[in-house]
Formats: sequence, C-alpha cells, structure tokens
Amino acid sequence: MNNAANIAVDIAIILVLIAGISRFRTPSGARFGNAMAALALLFAVAVALYRNPMLSSNAALAAFALAASSLAAWRVSAKVNMTRIPSLVAFQNGAGGLAALLVAIVEMSGARSAPGAIASAAAAVSVSLGAATFSGSMIASLKLAGKIRQTPTVVPGHNIALLFLSAACAAAAALMFAPGDPTSALVSLAFLSLAFGALFSIRIGGADMPVLISFLNAATGMAAAFCGIVIQNRLLIACGAVVASSGFILTMVMCRAMNRSLMNIIVGGKAPARPQASSPATVSSPETTAAPPAPVAASQPEQPETDPLSRAADALRAAKKLIVIPGYGMAIAQAQSETVALAGMLEQAGTEVKYAVHPVAGRMPGHMHVLLAEADVDYDKLFEMDDINAEFAETDVALIVGACDVVNPAAKEKEGTPISGMPVLNAGDARSVIVCNFDDKPGYSGVPNPLYERPNAILLFGDAKTTLASLIAKLQ
Amino acid sequence: MSDILVMLVVFAASSAIGYAMISKVPQRLHTPLMSMTNAISASTIIAALLLFSSKLDSPHKVLAAAAVALAAFNVVGGFTVTGRMLKMFKKQ
Repeated sequence: MNNAANIAVDIAIILVLIAGISRFRTPSGARFGNAMAALALLFAVAVALYRNPMLSSNAALAAFALAASSLAAWRVSAKVNMTRIPSLVAFQNGAGGLAALLVAIVEMSGARSAPGAIASAAAAVSVSLGAATFSGSMIASLKLAGKIRQTPTVVPGHNIALLFLSAACAAAAALMFAPGDPTSALVSLAFLSLAFGALFSIRIGGADMPVLISFLNAATGMAAAFCGIVIQNRLLIACGAVVASSGFILTMVMCRAMNRSLMNIIVGGKAPARPQASSPATVSSPETTAAPPAPVAASQPEQPETDPLSRAADALRAAKKLIVIPGYGMAIAQAQSETVALAGMLEQAGTEVKYAVHPVAGRMPGHMHVLLAEADVDYDKLFEMDDINAEFAETDVALIVGACDVVNPAAKEKEGTPISGMPVLNAGDARSVIVCNFDDKPGYSGVPNPLYERPNAILLFGDAKTTLASLIAKLQ
Repeated sequence: MSDILVMLVVFAASSAIGYAMISKVPQRLHTPLMSMTNAISASTIIAALLLFSSKLDSPHKVLAAAAVALAAFNVVGGFTVTGRMLKMFKKQ
C-alpha cells in the first residue's frame, strides 16, 4: 500500500478533490468544482477496486446495489423541488452515516483477522458517529420536511438521559477490546448511539437548525475518516477529514452569526415554551391583506385613514433605493417568486434594488441564496450583512419578507434577551420599513420586535405570498 | 506503526488544507458547499465496495450491500443536487 507509485496516485486524487473545493468562490467556478470532486471520488473508487479486486462471487450483488441505488438517487435529486432541499440534504447525510456504521460492523465482525487496537478504536468511533448522525439526521430531515414539530422537544431528564447514554456508549466501546468476537459490543454501541443521536437532535429546532445541519455534516465526515482508519485507506481518511473541517467551519460561522456558543445551542438553552412566529400549518390561511391586524401601536397620527397597503405602494413608488430582506417566512409562504417579481417591477421603473441576506436566515446555511437563485435573482444583487448594513441609512424602503429576529433592533438595544449581541440587519435605519410577515408575534427567539412600533414601519401582516401579490396589483 | 503515522499525517494535512480552502467560500455558496461535502462524506462507498473483496457469509453480504446502496444514494444524490443548485445561480 505504501509504495511510491501508490502514494503518488493517492496524492493526485486528493489534489483534484481539493482543487474542486477551491473552485467554490463563484457559482460558475463551483459548478466545475463540483464535477471535479465527483471525478476525484470516482477515481478513488476505481483505484481502490483496482488494488483490491472484488471476488467474482460477490461482484454481481455489489454491482446491483450500486446501480439500483445510484439510479434511485439520481431520479430523486433530479426531480426534487428546491424547497425540499434542506430536508433532502439531511436525509442524504443520514444515509451516509448509516453506511459508515454498517461498514464498520461488517469489517469488524467479519473477523478476517484479529483486529488491532487501533482498528478497534477507530471502528468504535465510526460506529458511534455513524449511528448518531443517522438518527440525528433523520430527525432533522423530518423536522425540515414539516413532518414532526420543528420546535425543540425536551423530554424529562433530557440531560441525564444523554449523559447516561454517553457513559453506556463508552462502556460498550470498551467491551470491544475484550478478547473474542466484538460483534455484540459493536451492535450494542450502535443502538445506544442511535438513541443518543435522536435525543441530541430532537432538542435542537427552529432557527437553530442551520447549526444542527452543519454539525451533523461534520460528524458524518468524521465517521468516514475513522472508517478509513479501520480499513487503512488514505483516500477515505482524506475525504472524511476535508468534510469534517468544512462542517466545522460552517457550524462556527452559524454560531458566530447568532452570537451564541455551540454548547449553548446544543443544550438548547431556553428551549421550552418559545413562541413560534409562524408555523407551516397556519400559514396557508387565505384571508390576509385586505384587513390586516391592527399594528401593536398605531403610531401614524398624521395619516390614520390611509390603509397600510396604499402607504406601502406609495412608499415603493417613490423609492429610489430598495433593500429586500428575506427570511424563513418567505420560504414557508413560498413567496420568493412574488418577492422577486415585485423587486423586478420596481427595478424596471428605475429603482435600485438590492437583497440583504443574514447568515442564519432560513433553516440551513445559505438557504435564502438558493431560494432566490431559483427565482432567477442575479446573484450579484445578493449582499451579505457586513457589506450592506451601512447602506440602510441611505435607503428609501427596506422590504422585510418573513424575517423577524434577524432585523430585530432589540439585539443591539436590549441586554439579557436571547438575541442580545447577535449581529442584525439595520432595516430600521431605512426611511420606510415595509413588513410582510405573517403576524406581529415575535420570531423564534421569542423577543418582541420594537421595529413594528416605529413610525416608519408599514405593517402588512398576513401570508406574504398574498400580500406581495396585492402590492404588485396595486403598483400596476 | 508507520501505518498509523501515515494515516495521522493524511488526516491532519487534509483537515488543515480543507480548513484553509473552505474558510474562503462565500456565504452565498454555503448550501451547495454543504451539499457537495455531504456527497464527499459518502466516500465510505470505497470501504463498502472493498468489503466485497473478501469472502462474506450471507448476512454480512446483505449488510455490505446495504452499505453500498446507502453510500451510493448519498454520493450520487449529493453531487446531482449540488449541480442542480449551482445551475440556478445566474448573472444577468
């Protein structure tokens, strides 16, 4: 395995993989990079099979499993609606975790030769991480698909149960080093870790989902790397390590964007009894813009008669510069096309339009960018928070579509709330702020949004898709 | 013992290079990045296929085939969906 030619080939494959990832600077480069990474993986498989050919008695089954599953995966991913991407990514991640678990179990219990201590230890980690990411990802996938409650679920004694399961996992892992067949220890470890992953994941929800998704991504990478140590395959170790560091970076980016520590998010902090801004079940209610609920504080004494929709239309008509702020509400209301249509209309009329995207808007890293890309927004118009925040002060209208916590001035102005210190978009600095949210309830954090009470706020509560459609009709 | 050393070096070097590369990825590409690395993490398909290089009894064969199928689903699905997402990013 360690002769010079083999090492050179392995290094070449790893370089192709890394070159592929390094193309992720621009979208067009990333397309090429994605193809390069796929090619690198294909080479890695080919090289591995060339060095250790399959037994002819096994080849048919392996080929069938490979072909059938690849075809199914291709059909699902070529057709799936883009709004279901977060759930699909989590599901695929879970499949990868389960694969790592199965490989380690077969490898260790096949008992081709007595495994060394290093292989046993690596297999224990691989089984444990594989099982936990599988159950954790499945829970996350169900949450993101709206099949189970999206808010954190805390069971009595949650922490104690997690601690107990960790201790039991450690004990099961230790049993693997006992002489004899390690299979029963491995299987116990797998089941304990499955329970751990589910319990771990069920407690994280709502706006914390991007952190959970990135964290699970890192964990599968780690499982793959340890799987590589079990079978002593350099390429697998390298691939796993790259994924683990990628997932880790994304996790930290998400944590920083919320000004919270990873630990704080994992233990759920103030999990129970947090009000949910908008749950998918209630969003589909049809009646909306005609008679929106009265603003919390009716602080527009100068023109109390004018309805908010007309005021919003007037503000948009007069605007020279508009910044659109999308949030998770836009995704639930499926309002991205209406958002983009309205922005496009104003652009035609000469308004300068930009989009401001908060790093944790949505349910996975970069969620809003994908939705807006699908609605054909030129990606050069999407700006990150730090690049656009200063521009709100010189902006005529900030149009908020389904975002609450990420524009909540309380993060800067109030101490001791769950979002205090979290960097937010300065929507309130714009001359007018049009709010197309479902209702005036606080966002996921449970912190009321003082923006709604400002005199420059125009509140259009209701289903964002309908609200925006009425705005478009009004402007035509 | 040299084997474990090689493996440690590979692990550390890949993590470091990966870290350096990925910290430069812009926010707008975070979803495609995650989706692609998700596909790469299913490189366990290498290990799953290699299981078939040695003799397996029937129960182990079934488990190994399941591992191949799951990893293949992750790899093929991951790269396909990443490609689809990236195709949507347009510049007028």
